[in-house]
Amino acid sequence: MNIQEAEAALREELHRIAPDIDPGDIDREGDLREEFDIDSMDFLNLVTALNKRFGIPIPEPDYPRFASFSGAVAYVAEKVT
Amino acid sequence: MSEFRMPSLGADMEAGTLVEWLIKPGVPVKRGDIIAVVETQKGAIEIEVFEDGVFERPLVEVGAKVPVGMPLALIGTAGEAPAAAVPPPAAVPKPAPQAPAATARPEAAAPAAAPPVEAGARQKVSPAARQLAQEAGLDLSGIQGTGPSGEIVLADVAAHAGKALPPEGAMTGMRAAIAAAMARSKREIPHFYLAHTVDLTAAEAFVAKYNEGREPADRLLLGALFVKAVAGAAKKYPEFNGHFEDGVFKPSTAVHAGVAINIRGTGLVAPAIHDSDQLQLDALMVAMRDLVIRVRAGRFRASELADPTITVSSLGERGVEALYGIIYPPQVAIVGFGTPVLHAWAADGMVGPRRVVSVTVAGDHRVSDGHRGALFLSAVEDLLLKPEAL
Repeated sequence: MNIQEAEAALREELHRIAPDIDPGDIDREGDLREEFDIDSMDFLNLVTALNKRFGIPIPEPDYPRFASFSGAVAYVAEKVT
Repeated sequence: MSEFRMPSLGADMEAGTLVEWLIKPGVPVKRGDIIAVVETQKGAIEIEVFEDGVFERPLVEVGAKVPVGMPLALIGTAGEAPAAAVPPPAAVPKPAPQAPAATARPEAAAPAAAPPVEAGARQKVSPAARQLAQEAGLDLSGIQGTGPSGEIVLADVAAHAGKALPPEGAMTGMRAAIAAAMARSKREIPHFYLAHTVDLTAAEAFVAKYNEGREPADRLLLGALFVKAVAGAAKKYPEFNGHFEDGVFKPSTAVHAGVAINIRGTGLVAPAIHDSDQLQLDALMVAMRDLVIRVRAGRFRASELADPTITVSSLGERGVEALYGIIYPPQVAIVGFGTPVLHAWAADGMVGPRRVVSVTVAGDHRVSDGHRGALFLSAVEDLLLKPEAL
């Protein structure tokens, strides 16, 4: 999956969780959870949504790849074939 | 034949506005069925019926503001013939306009002539969105929801109203409800506080091992262990579990842990997870996820709000070291978990880095004291040190 598609998917899933945050306004390299003000339950829901949508397992040891928005985009682009 | 009355959904509630009936006259109901939605300061609450029978007829119109304890409907005994002479609907004042909202148009907010709405076809609305729509006099049926499952969220109403969100610092309905409950707590409850630090090494290893190879939908969060440990300790030390009402403490045999849930931009509520001490960890986690989703979508049940026997408030992963809670009346204790942090920790004759969490308890001195509180907190620690036994 290319970067643009991965970013569109992530924006969509993050919008469901944090509808009040505009991804255009965030620091793409900043802490994802802080930028979107999401807690561990929100984060687990994001991971669950991506897992259901793309069938990628996203094991817990991969969570650090979601440290920033751009990191998460790169991860989804890499894992979804 | 009996009357179904407006339930009290918290110490601070005086009245609620009937938003809709989810059931039609003549339909049989069972204890626990959700039959109506009531708007309170905490948002839209689903109201359950407390007995088996037949929903005879409503006594108040949709849009009416009904004081706690006032009859809402007649519930007939199953098999009983419908009452011949049913009293006319009680005269109930129309909802009063929100005091601070100069733009409120109460006539628009009181759809008294609205046709009955089919259950299942209901539009979900977040509490903050409903509040803003009411203040702006907007009809929610004309608004397209963009929330996770299509519910109308605050931003949708704000966009529709063509106005900015309420100004920072404005006391919304939920903030006012929190203020009333917390002010009462600080006035009436002589709090005492205790704090302890608990090593999370075993608990985190347990969660990591449990989650290994599991689909995200089946994974555990550390927060579920916190709730389970508090529920277990509350079962053992009943003076932290129950309600203090009319000068008397009534301990509860069941443990219904209230879990404080943040609602984006609105405030927080702490609905109950029923029988949290009896649930296995996986079932408790499912219940917590379900509760969070429903609370954020603006829908939870009356019993979940009224039932908590103790509250757990957890700062989660992004926060600071310690949280000191204020007891939610009529409960008698609240347990606060800080953000887990790495500390230099002495164990087995060695000093090394360990993830630890601060755990606090606020207790009610009318019911218990620091000695028992310390035993209670130690019990929470013991349970977290042996997570496999949870």
